[in-house]
Amino acid sequence: MAAALEGVTVLDLTHCIAGPYCTKLLADYGAEVIKVERPGTGDPTRRLAPFLNDEPDLETSGLFLHLNTNKKSLTLDLKTAQGKAIVKDLVQQADILVENFHPRVLPALGLDYDVLSKVNPRLTMTSISNFGHTGPYRDYKMTEIVAYAMGGVMQATGMPDREPIKLALTVQQFFVGNVAASATLGAFIGAQLQGAGQQLDLAIVEIEAGNQDRGVSNLACYQYSGDPTFRRMRENIRSILPNGVFPTSDGYVQFAGTQPTWWERVCLMMDRPELAKDPHFVDPESFYQNAERKAEVDGLLLEWTMRHTKREVMETAQHFGYLTGALNTMEDVFADPHLAARGFFAEVDHPVAGCLKYPGPQFRMAKTPWRAGRAPLLGEHNQEILCGRLGYSKEDLVLMRQQGII
Amino acid sequence: MNLPLAGLRVLDMTVVWAGPFATVLLGDMGAELIRVESLQHPDINTRGQPIVPAAALQGAGGSAYPNKDPGKRPWNRNGIFNATARNKTSVTLDLMCPEGKEVFFRLVQQSDVFIENNAADVVENLGITYDVLSKVNPALIMISLPAFGQTGPYRHFKAYAVNMEGVIGHTLLRTYPDSGPTETTATFVADAAGGASAAFAILAALQYRIRTGRGQCIEMSQAENVTHYLSQAVMDYSMNGRVQTSLGNRHPSRAPQGVYPCAGEDSWVAISCGTDAEFEALSKVIGLPPDPRFATASGRHAHHDDLDQLISAWTADKDHYDVFHRLQQAGVPAGPVLHTGELFTDPHLNARGFWEQVTHPEAGTHLYPGPIIEMTKTPLHIRAPAPTLGQHNELVYKQLLGYSDTDYQRFVEIDMIGDTYVVARHDP
Repeated sequence: MAAALEGVTVLDLTHCIAGPYCTKLLADYGAEVIKVERPGTGDPTRRLAPFLNDEPDLETSGLFLHLNTNKKSLTLDLKTAQGKAIVKDLVQQADILVENFHPRVLPALGLDYDVLSKVNPRLTMTSISNFGHTGPYRDYKMTEIVAYAMGGVMQATGMPDREPIKLALTVQQFFVGNVAASATLGAFIGAQLQGAGQQLDLAIVEIEAGNQDRGVSNLACYQYSGDPTFRRMRENIRSILPNGVFPTSDGYVQFAGTQPTWWERVCLMMDRPELAKDPHFVDPESFYQNAERKAEVDGLLLEWTMRHTKREVMETAQHFGYLTGALNTMEDVFADPHLAARGFFAEVDHPVAGCLKYPGPQFRMAKTPWRAGRAPLLGEHNQEILCGRLGYSKEDLVLMRQQGII
Repeated sequence: MNLPLAGLRVLDMTVVWAGPFATVLLGDMGAELIRVESLQHPDINTRGQPIVPAAALQGAGGSAYPNKDPGKRPWNRNGIFNATARNKTSVTLDLMCPEGKEVFFRLVQQSDVFIENNAADVVENLGITYDVLSKVNPALIMISLPAFGQTGPYRHFKAYAVNMEGVIGHTLLRTYPDSGPTETTATFVADAAGGASAAFAILAALQYRIRTGRGQCIEMSQAENVTHYLSQAVMDYSMNGRVQTSLGNRHPSRAPQGVYPCAGEDSWVAISCGTDAEFEALSKVIGLPPDPRFATASGRHAHHDDLDQLISAWTADKDHYDVFHRLQQAGVPAGPVLHTGELFTDPHLNARGFWEQVTHPEAGTHLYPGPIIEMTKTPLHIRAPAPTLGQHNELVYKQLLGYSDTDYQRFVEIDMIGDTYVVARHDP
């Protein structure tokens, strides 16, 4: 079947997580993505755990394998004259270039947008950097926890009587890559229609500051009333509706409820239908901001949840229309009947890592489906690209390898 | 140069956070967004409750309204809605009546994209599935974002992002390591992820249509989409059968890493050292004498608690911006844990022009976060404030769809066109 981004060529100078997730989305939906890696060592992500069988190997980092599906690998030393010339030749044939170097790197190499746009005026160039290409913090360093801290949502995450806490793993960097992918395609479509490209200056700190996960809401509420609505809170006593994490016989579930009409659903799920119209609970003074009444309801809830597994609680609650999710471990996730029925995990083979399950389509397009594919070996496509596409001979490649250019 | 997506028309039937985030990304890049809203069915998680009970205004309940006053038309004064609805227009129609269906089909004929993120059975119940709409407009791109997808045993489940995240494994991976999952707040990263991916999906379909002329249908399970964000934990289980648990603020290889208390109320700084050089720089700034315990990366991991105490002792009486600058200038990644108010005064965000002042006809004048995407030749801005309910009814019904004044009046009389929810009407 056709691929959505068939015929779109991307030169991928990214490394680590945010940039590669952006180009993974482009690759998974059909673009040809040429990933440029450092000769010998490759993308630093190749050195990050988890490794297959905990044995570090350039070809078996799980994070690298997942992030770089469907891409081609070309090794190039960008500091050499030949490396730069090859980049320019590839730019001439490319629609899109994505990079996430520090802002001073490409100008120092003579490969910045000013230069590359003269080589190809239709090029869309996406630059992702910590703080953007301008501003007083431009040269500062950033990691996942620093990004989250400075975005303004970390202070709202965790418990009030201790330090704020980040989200899991490198969730924010994936989010940045996700936004970069949509921005890149948007700019590319505009470039196609108008016959001229441009550069995107994506700043991680801005993407974090405008974060749809509570960030934008807090910013708006602060401006409107001086009071950001999401904060680190021990107890949500807005109403008696179950909200938050509750223990079950074998783990936990997360309840969420906002609409007053859902009290009936709560009573039905707990098998206490007689409470649905009980004024002791439904009078507005009892229903809203009443700590004592909430404690009563939580007690009733616990009596019920502790007699069932997390999956039973979730299924019963959902049957009656109450928003509930089980708190699953990765073992639960891989065994989950819904994800299995959907065939979400895709089995993909790899010459070194073997056959493994990977997260499958981010979304399903009816006519141009997601491509299951594998990550490239380091330099796997050197010959295809340098000889096949740019006309170098095999002897040229031998020389370049000896000179450390590839 | 025009904005990249100028000329793209999107019918927007999105609610809550994920869908509206997708459409704000498209709208910021120049697309025309038409929000389709119903006077009969307010969605309280989108524009808030049409009538706000006094009891609900206590505590943080009223924080979304200017000076905590919902006013006569709270649905036009909700900051949470307004912040994400900029650059969009609003029309009202009633999909449950035949006139409304006809109006909707005319809109579909004139639009490139239809996006909705209602519960899985809503479009089916309303008779506006892709099968139906593609007959009206064969080139239509339609996308739905149900929580768990349109197929499978959970397809009828209703969920906020936090519920979905529990099911795909995020919640258990973000707890404090020394306490259980009841001891933390809810997060909604699935919404952020869903919006970003939905915008991407629409544009990928658009690219296919530019090439072939064909529209198509897209389905995105928000739960599946965000599972990718947990890559390391997913792959560790896939490769090694290992069930990862939460590291809290710590890192598998960088040490010391954490959040440290600073001077002032609830003021913190995040610090993350990954190399010997970064640790030496940190030691010099905070005056740590050489200590064999901390000489190597593995030593720093083993003695992380001791290191944290020493770092906290230094940060405790210092302003978190000062700590940030001193460490960064020495080459150590660090960042103040900013409170909402501090973002508005942050020198970097201001230098980048991130905040935009916008006047909304019923909510007043405020600063809003501008577009998070920066384009150098076609700068993106907030071009118009969030629409009031039905603000663009005349424009859309008469100019875009060609209805006469008589038709328009009839639609007003059957409560399809208007600016006030039916449930919020007060009889004279």
